[in-house]
This record gives sequence, C-alpha cells and structure tokens, in this order.
Amino acid sequence: MQLIYEQSVAGRRGVRLPVSDVPAATALPDNLLRREPAALAEVSELDLVRHFTNLSRRNYSLDTNFYPLGSCTMKYNAKALENAAGLFSSFHPMTALLPGGAEFCQGSLGLLYDLGQMLADITGMDEVTTQPLAGAHGEMTGILLIAAYHAAKGNKAKKKYVVVPDSSHGTNPASAAIAGYEVITVPTAPYGDMDIELFKKAMNDEVAAVMMTCPNTLGLFNPHIQEISDIAHGHDALMYYDGANLNAIMGKVKPGDVGFDVIHVNLHKTFGTPHGGGGPGAGPVGVKKALIPFLPQPRIVMDDDGQFLLEDHNPGSIGRTANFFGNFGVMAKAYAYIIMLGREGLIRVSEQAVLNANYIKERLKAYYDLPYDTTCMHECVFSAGKQLEHGVHAIDIAKFLIDKGYHPPTVYFPLIVKEAIMIEPTETESKATLDAFIEVMIEAALAAQTNPQQLLDAPLTTPVGRLDETKAAREQNVCCIG
Amino acid sequence: MAEMFFTKEHEWVKVKEGIGAIGISDHAAHELGDITFVELPKIGKTVKQFEVLAAIESVKAASDIFSPLSGTVVKINQALEDAPEIVNESAEDAGWMVWIEITDESELKNLMTQEQYSDYLKTL
Amino acid sequence: MNDSHYCPHTPEEIREMLSVIGVASVEELFSAIPAGLRAKTFNLPPGLSEFETLDTMKAIAADNSACLTSFVGGGYYDHLIPAAVDHLSGRAEFYTAYTPYQPECSQGTLQALFEYQTAICRLTGMDVSNASLYDGGTACAEAVMMALRVTGRNRVIVDGCLNPFSRQVLKTYLYNLDVEVVEIAPLDGTLNRAELAGLLDQSVAAVLVQNPNFFGCIEDFSVLAQQVHAVDALLIASVYPISLGLLVTPGEMGVDITVGDGQSLGNPLSFGGPSFGFIAAKKAYIRNMPGRIIGETVDKQGRRGFVLTLQAREQHIKRHKATSNICSNQGLCALRGLIFLSSIGRQGLVELARLNRDKAEYAKAQLAGIPGVTVLQSAATFNEFTIFLPKAADGVVMELLKKGIMAGVPLGQYYQGSENCLVLTVTEKRSKKEIDRLVRELEVALCN
Ligand SMILES: Cc1ncc(COP(=O)(O)O)c(C=O)c1O
Repeated sequence: MQLIYEQSVAGRRGVRLPVSDVPAATALPDNLLRREPAALAEVSELDLVRHFTNLSRRNYSLDTNFYPLGSCTMKYNAKALENAAGLFSSFHPMTALLPGGAEFCQGSLGLLYDLGQMLADITGMDEVTTQPLAGAHGEMTGILLIAAYHAAKGNKAKKKYVVVPDSSHGTNPASAAIAGYEVITVPTAPYGDMDIELFKKAMNDEVAAVMMTCPNTLGLFNPHIQEISDIAHGHDALMYYDGANLNAIMGKVKPGDVGFDVIHVNLHKTFGTPHGGGGPGAGPVGVKKALIPFLPQPRIVMDDDGQFLLEDHNPGSIGRTANFFGNFGVMAKAYAYIIMLGREGLIRVSEQAVLNANYIKERLKAYYDLPYDTTCMHECVFSAGKQLEHGVHAIDIAKFLIDKGYHPPTVYFPLIVKEAIMIEPTETESKATLDAFIEVMIEAALAAQTNPQQLLDAPLTTPVGRLDETKAAREQNVCCIG
Repeated sequence: MAEMFFTKEHEWVKVKEGIGAIGISDHAAHELGDITFVELPKIGKTVKQFEVLAAIESVKAASDIFSPLSGTVVKINQALEDAPEIVNESAEDAGWMVWIEITDESELKNLMTQEQYSDYLKTL
Repeated sequence: MNDSHYCPHTPEEIREMLSVIGVASVEELFSAIPAGLRAKTFNLPPGLSEFETLDTMKAIAADNSACLTSFVGGGYYDHLIPAAVDHLSGRAEFYTAYTPYQPECSQGTLQALFEYQTAICRLTGMDVSNASLYDGGTACAEAVMMALRVTGRNRVIVDGCLNPFSRQVLKTYLYNLDVEVVEIAPLDGTLNRAELAGLLDQSVAAVLVQNPNFFGCIEDFSVLAQQVHAVDALLIASVYPISLGLLVTPGEMGVDITVGDGQSLGNPLSFGGPSFGFIAAKKAYIRNMPGRIIGETVDKQGRRGFVLTLQAREQHIKRHKATSNICSNQGLCALRGLIFLSSIGRQGLVELARLNRDKAEYAKAQLAGIPGVTVLQSAATFNEFTIFLPKAADGVVMELLKKGIMAGVPLGQYYQGSENCLVLTVTEKRSKKEIDRLVRELEVALCN
C-alpha cells in the first residue's frame, strides 16, 4: 500500500478551517519563523478515509480475530465503554487546578476517587493513585514510592537492590533500574515458581523491594506467597505486585491480603479497556497505609461534605508522575466496566478466564510440551520443543496460525521457557471459539511432523510475508524521506 | 599464526607481541543470529579481565562482550560500524573487534585453549 | 446471570469443559490458592446493564460544568478535531489490536505509525522519531534520561520557563538517581541566558527548554544550541506542535532531542488524558531512544512492509539495561495525531497556526486596553501570553469562573512573586464574541 505521503497532491486538503473573525496579526520576525511549511500529506477527505480504512483492514484485531496473546489479557472491549468515555471528552484538566476550580469538575474528580476506592477493594490496598499512564509507568511509580518509604526511614543509602524472579516481565527489572536500583534475578525452580531456597539466599537488608506477579508469567499461583512476603518483610523489603495477571484472581484472593504493599493494575488488561494497537492503557497504583504519605500529587480527597478536592502540599510526596490525573478516558471506561460487571461479574470473569485456560491446556498437552504440568490460572505456557525436532520453531507455528485467521499467542516469553507459546484465552471467548482454535493448534502440531515446510513458509494469506527484520535494524529507515 | 584463547562467554583473544586481538567465537556469532550492531569502545579505554569491553546486538538479542584479558584499547575495527555482518561472516578473523595492549599476559591461564573450548561447547 | 454476554458459556458447556479438565468444579481450579489466603470481603455493588451503566456515567458527567468558555492551556489545548479523526481511529481493527508484535497481521498499525514518525520528523525538523511516549512531561523525562546515557554525565539544567508540571515529572523520574537538576529562574518570562552561560561546562549532560514556554514566549534557541554543543552537552526542547505551523523548528535551531505533548493534534481534552508524548532526535542518537520504533523493510518477495525495529534497546530484551521501561505507549492517540495532521495538511497547519496567533493577538490588544492591565512584552508570543493584573489573579479567576469563563492560569502557585500574573490561551475555537466577553467580564472583575 502507498504511504499517505505518496498520495499527496500539492494544494489538496482534507478539512476546511473556519474563517477568521479577527484582524490578522503583524507577522513574527523572520528568525522565529520556519523556512518552509512541514511537508505533511495533502489529500482530500475521501482519500484520507480510504487510506486509513484500508490500512485498518491490514490488522488482526480483537473484534475481527481470536487474539490469545499471553500476558496481554485481550478480552472483548464492551462498546458501551466507548460511549461512557465520550461523555467526558470535553473537560479541561486545568479546571481542577484553578483556584476554586474543583467545584466545576466534581464529576471527573469523583469518578477518579471512586475508581480508586473500587480498585482498592479489588486489590486489598488502602489507597490508589490514578496518575500512572501504563503498567510499566505504574511499576516505576510504585518502586519510587518504596524508595521514598526507605528514604523516610533513613535507609536511602542502605537499600540498593530489587529482587525479581527470572520469569518476570522485562518491564519489572527495567522499572527497578530506572528508579535507581540494581536488580537481583532469582531463578525459577522446576515446580514453576521462584526457587524459594535461592530466594532466601538472595535476600538481605540491602534489598528494597521484591517484584512479583502472582499468578506468575507461567500462569501459576505461588502457594508460598505468604512465606515470601514474610521473608521480604523480615528484611524490611517491600512487596511489589505486578497486576498484569490480576484477571485470574478477582474476588478470589487480594494481593494486599497476602503481604503485597504496592500494586499496579493494567486497566487495559483486566478492566476491559481497548489496547489501541499499542496503547493508551492506564496503570493506577495501590498502596498500603504506610506508603500513602508518599503518593504522587495532586491527590484527590473527599471532604466531610462529600466534596472532592485536590491536595497538593504534602512534602513527603514523590511528586508527579504525569502532567495531570492519568489517562482519564481509559479510567472512565474501566469505571464503567467495573460497575457494569459488579461483584458477581468480576468473580465470574476470573473463574471463566481460568476455566478457559485450563481447558486449552488439557486439550493441547498431548501435542505440545508442557514444561510445568499443573493446574494453571488464566494462561498456560507450552513449548514448541517437540516441533523443534522437525525444524519447526514457535515463530513458525505463530505464522501458521495467522494463515488460519488467528492472532498468535505470545511466543518466546517468558524467557525461561525455550520456544515458549503462551496462551491466554480470556473469559470472553466462547467454547466454540476455543475448540476451533484448539483444532488449528493440533493441525499445526501434526503439520510440523508431516509437512514442516508448510509452517516455515507461512504466512501466505497476509498482505506481506515474513519481513526482513535484519535489514530494518541495519538500515534504520524509520521515517519517509522526501 | 598466533594461538587463540577463549572465555566461557565465547570471546577469543589472539596474542602477539604484547597486543591482544579480541572478538567473539563462530559459535557465539551463530547463536546471536544476524548481527545488526557492534558497539565498540573508545581508544584509550582500559579494562580489567572479564570486564565489559563492547556490546553486540542482533535483531532479538543484545549482549555484552567481556574482555578476555586486562589492557588498554589501542585499535578498533571501524569496518564493523557500517558492516556488522562481517562478524557473522568471519567471527574469528575479519570480524575482530578490538586490539588491546595487554597488561598482564599471565592472565591467559584463566582462559581456555582452542581444544578446551571445543570440549566446553560440547557440554552446553 | 446478568453478565453472561461477557462470559458466554452455558452451564452445560462449563460441565463439559470441567470434565475434559478432569475436575469437579471451577472452584477446584483455584486450589493452588491456600484457603487461608482467600479474599474475606469483596464489597463491590451488583452489576448493571449497559443502559443503567451509561445512565450512571451520565449522572457523573453531569456533575461537571459543561459550559465553561476556556482561555486556559497549561500544556493541554482546546483545538478543533476533524470528524474523520474519531471515525477512522475508532475503527475496531485499530483500537482493539495489541502492540504490533506480529508484523504480517499488523501492517495497518505499523504503516500508520511509520507515517506518524514521518509526520513528527517533518513537523519538528528532526531525523528520527519513535512511535510515541506517554505524555509531554514523561517525554521530557525520557529525553533527559537519554541525554544522561549519551553523555555519561549527571547534571541537567532546566529552564524554569518549562511547564511546571513537566518539571515536576522530571524531578520524580530522577527522584532516586544520582542526578543533579539545576533550575534557572525565568527572567521576564524568558530563559535567563546569562545565568545559563555561567552554568554551562563539561559536567552538563543536557539543557532543557520549552518553546513557546509556559509564559507563552517564543524564543530563538539557535545560539543556545551552539553554546550547549560547545561543552558537548545536548539541547532538549519541548515544543507545542500546533505552533510549528509557523515557528522555527527545533531542527533548524540545532536542537538534539525534541519532545512534546501531542494532545493538540486531534486528541480531546478528556480531563488530561489520554494524549501522547512525542520524542524525535538527531539520527546519531537513535540507539538511545526509548520505546517502540517502526522501521521499513521488505519481505522475501521484495514487497515493502514495516516492523518494530531496534528492539534490542527495549525492556523485553535488555531488561534492566533497557533504554526505558516503557512497554504500552499511546499508539492510538499517536494515530489520531497522524490522521489530524494528514487531514489538516501542509498548508492547513500554517493557516491553523496563524488563526491561533491572530486570535491571541486580538485578545492581547483588547486586554491591554483595560485600565491597570499590562501585557508581558519581553518576547513575541503564539497563542498564549501573560498579563499583569492590578490585583491577585487567583481571586479574579474565581470571579470569572462563576461567570462561566476560565480566564487563564494564575502564575502565583507556580512562580513566587507572580501572584498578579495570568497566562491566557486563545485557540482557533474562541470567537471574537467570546474574547470580547472575557475582556468585559475581566474589566468588571477588576473594578470590584
Ligand atoms: C506481566 C506484565 N507486566 C508488565 C507489563 C507492562 O504493562 P504495560 O504494557 O501496561 O506497561 C506487561 C504488559 O505486557 C505484562 O504482561
């Protein structure tokens, strides 16, 4: 397909601007003016519409294809959520920050406050900040809160490390490093959880935090989680919960009840807000009481009359992690999602997410290696080890699935499983969809034995075949010249 | 031909008249896949044995390159900046990365000979 | 079972699935969670239909005042959004996809983001752009982190004219790192260049400025760029994209890293988010860029296609050594930015920028006519400018809010001694009539 710039015709435009009702201003001095207008596309509205409509058709998406991308919780995004967010699109965030302005945006402030309360209930935390703009941003915020906690106790210099299991998502060590910590990685034991003996060895009084997700990225709930928390707390290290896998446990167990002190939740995973082809998400962070003094500002509080106010004068705060109140539009959707599903609905979400993952796991384990063969939570991780014997890699199975109309599962993550295939079906898929997917996965496993070339050649049905990533990385054409 | 010595991290060094030429083994280059970038140190940088000397990237991996010996960088293989694929094509020859002036040749005892390295690869 | 539309199994299907798994109940699947750890309370209310849900949401939205006429900016701007932006970005194939990990079935997102990167480069005059960051403030912080890596130094100079929220975000990012941030107090609403010159030396990693700045002032940073480069430091500029319809680009001034908030490009105000942050740099720094980058390549048949490239910088490969921890970005908002820029087009952006400046200059002249009001004259301005009131701005703003006007951002809480200053923003959406009303009401408020 042509680039939009390749369709440009000088003088064409996609939208007409209103005529000015004020006199023209005197021109700016030359040194403040750009020499030439930016070479943006010049297309008619229809050309624009065709271009982006046709581009969109080159995507697989949740609304068009089953999308069992492990760790990403690609559940159906209810259409009502879009309508809900639209109700708030015209409100300026500065309104709340003007003197006397809070009175004029009680709806928006109240929504954020109530969302925080509901998330606190779901996660077992005491207070939630809605500022962080995605999961990783929440991680960084959370680790900075932990840093502030240690600093307040006079332990800033002493606390140097953050401990993560080797199954952790890349953002965990990256966030810890950005927040100023060195990272200690603890290997996973053969039973699929962080090796508890090695964990004990790794722990000392210089550890600031332990970052975990539970269930972990293998889809397993760690039954020793309370013991791990206790050990960490024994060294005055705080427990950080990566909420990316919260979809498995809503109403079943609360991270705050099993020793976690800080949590982020990915609203774009667990709470049904669309992922937008890469974002925006939102990563609100919940904390236990001891960390409230360090929360980002401004904090939304409710006074005795039920009015929502901003509190901005807390010397202990880590400051601001975003310019305003976080990705409000995403939060409006998550709010609508939570009240729409309600208590029973959210419990059912977790139950059926877990049911679906176990169903797929059982039906596929005769065909694919299952390195950790126990009851899983909301996702299961296979390995293409068997297929590799025929020269077929996880990536080849992924490409075969594309030809069959499925978005592939996550492959090559978690890093500790060779040729990993990580399947997260979510609760919103019907049994019929799961069965059809399972059939295709079985077909791929059989093809790996009988006709591996078919897998190596896939995909054949897409607008482009496998792309030369080496060329892209060596040549770095990241913007259209001309 | 100077003798080659190897590290467990798959770097090699060839020593001649106090100078060590350093690169990564054929095995390592193969494991990394298509190499897209080699980050070379500045001339004059000093390193201790097994400290980070350079870095290398392929499409889906990034790894540090550790110096097999202590020394000071005296020359770098500029050709790799524009053509990192040389490392894939000739890891143990034209794909050399750095020359160092060796501080302490006795450190060679901490490295593997060609033969030992071949045996080591079999254990992986 | 009021939520069965999102959890579609029938009881019969659930039974079948359980029997395949070989367990008697769904509850059994949760047996890994020790009984003692189970949630004791779960207090959310019962669920609702989507109709009741929307009624509830409408009631919440109704607690906001819908009819305020806005003359505030502060980094978020009330601009026109062509209808096509909503409709095209609202295509489910875009908004219900994930990050484009599998390029063959994600060419729509990938090509769009490549076009976005191109638009950002052309707009800013820079060589390379990534596929978006979270917002303007975090983009400032990421740019500074990038400069710290490039230079290996740990001192940053920040112009106090930079948006105070972005300055706070930067400080939060650096909260637990060994980095010194030196803030230069504004001089008449512009960069205090003499003070900066005194601070510039080989210890400085970067200088961070904003154009137009928080006071609305436009500055030429060309000479500054040379001074910064003379000590091998990097110049980072945060810019307002709409202003680049007219203003000298960061690229032309010699800026090394350009950042900003893309909200003004087709993203609604939405109480502060989501929008997107952009970051663009000179080509030499591409390997130090944070976040996703889309690159052009070909398939085996030579067909052009696009992929996520230079991934070895990123957290999923480099983990604690990654150039950033960012994973999800604000891709859909960046797509909106691209559609906006492609709709408005080359000449349209110039006109839009002019329209903004014309309206602001008109408002400025009218306000200057109010007895006791003076306009900050130290530099030319775009669509924001600062005025001095004869009394504290806070009270005046509160007065005008009651009249349904957001008159501007009082500077007192951001700059000591500026209690009488007010920054006003006038975008193309403000009519002459609205401006005239602001002037009248302000005059009345000042008389009280
Ligand atoms: C386990 C895990 N942790 C953290 C993250 C990061 O979340 P985000 O993309 O919202 O920054 C992800 C997202 O892929 C994840 O799967």
